[in-house]
Amino acid sequence: MITVEKLTKEFKGNQVLKGIDLKVEPGEVVAIIGPSGSGKTTFLRCLNFLEEPTSGTIVVGDIKIDGNRPLSQQAGLIRQLRQHVGFVFQNFNLFPHRTALENVIEGPTVVKKMPREQAIKLGRELLAKVGLAGKEDAYPRRLSGGQQQRVAIARALAMEPEVILFDEPTSALDPELVGEVLSAIRALAEEKRTMVIVTHEMKFARDVANRVVFIDKGVIVEQGEAKALFANPREERTRQFLERSRN
Amino acid sequence: MIPESLQLALDSAPFLLKGAYYTVGLSLGSMFFGLVLGFGLALMRLSKIWIISAIARVYVSFFRGTPLLVQLFMIYYGLPDLGIELDAITAALIGLSLNMAAYACEILRAAIGAVDRGQWEAAASIGMTRAQAMRRAILPQAARTALPPLGNSFISLVKDTAMAATIQVPEVFRQAQLISSRTLEVFTMYFTVAVIYWVLCTVLAHFQNRLEARANRHDVES
Repeated sequence: MITVEKLTKEFKGNQVLKGIDLKVEPGEVVAIIGPSGSGKTTFLRCLNFLEEPTSGTIVVGDIKIDGNRPLSQQAGLIRQLRQHVGFVFQNFNLFPHRTALENVIEGPTVVKKMPREQAIKLGRELLAKVGLAGKEDAYPRRLSGGQQQRVAIARALAMEPEVILFDEPTSALDPELVGEVLSAIRALAEEKRTMVIVTHEMKFARDVANRVVFIDKGVIVEQGEAKALFANPREERTRQFLERSRN
Repeated sequence: MIPESLQLALDSAPFLLKGAYYTVGLSLGSMFFGLVLGFGLALMRLSKIWIISAIARVYVSFFRGTPLLVQLFMIYYGLPDLGIELDAITAALIGLSLNMAAYACEILRAAIGAVDRGQWEAAASIGMTRAQAMRRAILPQAARTALPPLGNSFISLVKDTAMAATIQVPEVFRQAQLISSRTLEVFTMYFTVAVIYWVLCTVLAHFQNRLEARANRHDVES
């Protein structure tokens, strides 16, 4: 589904990603964990080119983008890729001037030119799916953080993406609101949706992900089946990180 | 004294109304062209291409850094030297629009720049082009930020149209000059004209408030 090869990213001479290779199979849920500053969020943002990779290739479905060439020459391809790759942001980034329903149908109507009627039907279904039936006409400001993040998930789903990327989806939430967002993501995992989730929620990663990837200092230190990796990390660095995040 | 002045004001009403008609026309016209041109300049200012952004910057710097009066004189009295002859109203409309555009550009550029980066990213993440993101996500939010300063600029513009009198545009202030030089009732005439500007600006401020309220309607916290 996703194949990443030799992905690197430099910020002003500082190498944040040092050649990452990763394959994600259809239906797989991959959790990416690692200390802050490890490059895990940068990696995720590179996957849909919110961040411009310095080099490497990214293939999603049959769309291949070569990070070694200037991205401005591949703008059309990148837009296509983004239509197949949903993204959920840490701080939601809902459109504040649009209601929950309008946020959800924005992609289908504007980008895919779906008839409005059909998009509204889809939007209502998706809002109901994330537990927000009845909130269609609420503006984001009137919703709690957990509700806003669930609208954002519905907005990503509305494009019917093949993969959804989550960038620390619960890090900006009050503790009591984390659960509702995690359950919404868990429900998607049960539908066998392909997802890549950058998260600090170790318990969630262990329970929901098929595979866990541990990134530190811009490289994949270790990856493996989620429960096995948490129970028996092979690398010392992974062990230390897991130890620290348990406290 | 009072009834006499009132009588004079009433007698001059047809001339003043004709002048006000030009004042309103010039104001609305240069608001419109100034906004359109200013928006184009703001997009140029935000361009990643150095030279395009530089052209807009120089434009803004020149038109904000020179008196409107000088700009009007250049256009009306100066351009004929270069073989371009404009009638007074066209010259005033062009001058006021060019001047307004410089201010509108800076206001719009700042307002667009103030929209959170995450909004661009959210629009991009659902596959929007930059133009779609601008139209659907960024501009509606930027407009809200831009409305109060734009309103102020428009109000200034209405008052600046008085300068068109200096290039013989028969707007309301020019009419007052003509009448007062004939009747020598200087204070009454200029006071009447001041009231006309005041009314125009008050109406404009009222529309501005209504627009702002409308733009802020989604901004209600629970």
